[in-house]
Amino acid sequence: MKKFAKRYARNYGAVFGLCIILVVAALAIAAPYIYETSPWMMVDAPLIPPFTDAAYPFGTDMLGRDITAGLVWGARVSLIVGLLSTAIALAFGIVIGAAAGYCGGRVDDALMRFTEFFQTIPQLALAVVIVAVMGPSIYSIMGAITLVSWPPAARLVRSEFMTLKRREFVLAAIVIGQKPSRIVWSQILPNAMSPIIVSASFMVATAILTESALSFLGLGDRNMMSWGFMIGASRTMIREAWWMSVWPGVAILLTVLAINLIGEGLSDALNPQLRKRSE
Amino acid sequence: MDDKTPLLSVQDLSIPLPLGGDRPYAVENVSYDIFPGEILCIVGESGSGKSMSANAIMGLLPDYLRPTQGRIFFNGTDLLTQPESRLQAMRGREIGMIFQEPLSALNPLMTIGKQISEVMQVHNEYPGNQRKQRVLDLLNFVGLPDPSVLYDVYPFRLSGGQRQRVMIAMALALEPALLIADEPTTALDMTTQAQILALMARIQKEKGMGVMFVTHDFGVVAEIAHRVAVMEKGILVEQGSAEQVLNHPQHPYTKRLIASVPHRAMQESHQEKRPVPVLEVRNLYKAYVSGRGLLGTKRVVQAVDDVSFTVHDGQTVGIVGESGSGKSTIGKCLLKLIHIDHGQMLFQGQDIAPLPEYRFRPMRHNIQMIFQDPFASLNPRHTIGKILSDGPIANGKSHAQASMRARELLELVGMDASAFHRYPNEFSGGQRQRIGIARALALDPKLLVADESVSALDVSVQAQVLDLLRTLQQELQIAMIFITHDLRVAAQICNAVVVMHQGKIVESGLPSQIFNAPQNPYTQKLIAAVPGKHWDPTQSETA
Repeated sequence: MKKFAKRYARNYGAVFGLCIILVVAALAIAAPYIYETSPWMMVDAPLIPPFTDAAYPFGTDMLGRDITAGLVWGARVSLIVGLLSTAIALAFGIVIGAAAGYCGGRVDDALMRFTEFFQTIPQLALAVVIVAVMGPSIYSIMGAITLVSWPPAARLVRSEFMTLKRREFVLAAIVIGQKPSRIVWSQILPNAMSPIIVSASFMVATAILTESALSFLGLGDRNMMSWGFMIGASRTMIREAWWMSVWPGVAILLTVLAINLIGEGLSDALNPQLRKRSE
Repeated sequence: MDDKTPLLSVQDLSIPLPLGGDRPYAVENVSYDIFPGEILCIVGESGSGKSMSANAIMGLLPDYLRPTQGRIFFNGTDLLTQPESRLQAMRGREIGMIFQEPLSALNPLMTIGKQISEVMQVHNEYPGNQRKQRVLDLLNFVGLPDPSVLYDVYPFRLSGGQRQRVMIAMALALEPALLIADEPTTALDMTTQAQILALMARIQKEKGMGVMFVTHDFGVVAEIAHRVAVMEKGILVEQGSAEQVLNHPQHPYTKRLIASVPHRAMQESHQEKRPVPVLEVRNLYKAYVSGRGLLGTKRVVQAVDDVSFTVHDGQTVGIVGESGSGKSTIGKCLLKLIHIDHGQMLFQGQDIAPLPEYRFRPMRHNIQMIFQDPFASLNPRHTIGKILSDGPIANGKSHAQASMRARELLELVGMDASAFHRYPNEFSGGQRQRIGIARALALDPKLLVADESVSALDVSVQAQVLDLLRTLQQELQIAMIFITHDLRVAAQICNAVVVMHQGKIVESGLPSQIFNAPQNPYTQKLIAAVPGKHWDPTQSETA
């Protein structure tokens, strides 16, 4: 673990990304304490430009809502949606991918055709349809994102399993009489974890972007402030109040960038080839 | 030969390893000469730095390895002080190189003719029509059939031996004065190796060039070397004429190496046959079918074709054959790792071939396997203790019983008890193979299948592991099937030998009978291909 941290710390970009994410997460957790009132409340005069009033460093919108409060509360939605939907999609993807990769043959064919069915529909279009049908709420958004993001995970897990199950140590486990469930769980899965973790970090970034896109289109949760909604709401005011759309945009940019940097750092740190050369 | 000036002279060469390596120098104070018209063999085990000086001569060292001391004189110029542009001009023209892997050394997207003529093109030699003629001459010279057809063929159409011939043709294109060959026959089958060695000896004689031949195999050394240099851990411990080093080695390391070369002196331990054989294979048949898509024709390869043999208690049956002979497929069939098409496999009288996996699983502990690659056969994320106790636990033992058994086994295969809590990457290839043997023995099997289990190991380690296998097998009276491509190894450990060729058994019998009086023409060819037949390592003064 200590060695892992050391290898990770060698990638400065990854450390930078981790710092940003920690700040965003801290703000998201502390949101109710920093801004006790709802971010939907009108607190002052509308359209205060940024950096003019110390109480509202990022300014206010056309209804006089505090943009800073919106950003902090929006971080909650982004992180919850990103992490939870990725976790569920990953669990689903691992089960499907492991079954397809380990069993092979007809099971593999059936599961992969099922997976391809989801992959043939553009992700965002499918997500929009699902949220529109189920009604916009944080649950339907997470469900939609999960449903569109598990197929690539399943594909990845399947390919890892297909190569690993031919390795000699897996054959050895068959020969000593281990049951298939045990082989999958204790022999193959731990060795497939590195690429899965790396791709999971990119899935979180995509989930945050999808949530923002849904909110921008007006399909966000009505009760929760989100970055995507803030950009969507400000698009009519873009010439009068640039700051209304720029700050949430910067927030999305930084968060997604940070997660991608973390993913890259993880991929380097977990890569045994890179490890050998320097240690 | 001594009165001539050397073609290449390496003097006091030292190349430091980056900090944190297992030793300070990759090669240390190494000096040797190569004279025109002689073959110098550099012998050593893996990690001895034998390829390093060859790469230094060609200027192919990676950036983090730089010689700190020494000189490499080639025809009077010091190669280490030459700029890259000068070295580039010399490579191919004055020094040619042949690599180990003929499969990856050729560009798959370029025809054979283009690749060979490219060598002449970059050096601006043989302009115009002469170039194609030269390529055809070269292909002819290295003994490839139909040069004019091969000229337009892509590498994937050629076999490993043919590709190595193409590589040799490329290296010879500009008639270099020095040819460096880095393990050129290691990846090839025994019969192909014999052909390539004969070809290299002929070329060297006809062209009178100096050859530096890097190898780990003393049989190859005995076959072609004029002079030998032995390397151990980056230090050149002994050099001299082939006769002198092979038969009167001075340095203890050389003596040890030669003593571990598998020799064909076999102990004829006759087995009185027991009434019930452990395993009886009858008419085993397995075919691989490929290209069974919507389009395209089916291709059927008969990997194992009507094979029958019997293994008795305490007997070691060797299955010998070249790659593609179906010998490994038999091993996998016996363990039911792949399905068989038809035939019977009677294990203690019961046919295991038709059993479904869930019925066979409780019987698996009777038949165990020792795998080929010690680096791939242990799960890198499990400790040795877990690897060894997995088997007993899967067969119903408690954790405490299993870990006690694991400790016993570690001792049995000559490993330290501290290995229990360590991970596979902390062990060398030989140690890992011992762990693999311990894992197979953990379930008290009646039959062991060893698939090329010593092929990936260095000679001295190979000898130790073979010794261990033999003692364990005799102590425990286990039946064993030993699959190998190396006739010398088979001769050492087997009581009976089966020779396979293209899926069929061509000859079977006692080792002495097979090796001394082979009947089948293929077996005769195989026996003739063993390198260094005229040299008997047991006669060497290694005591």
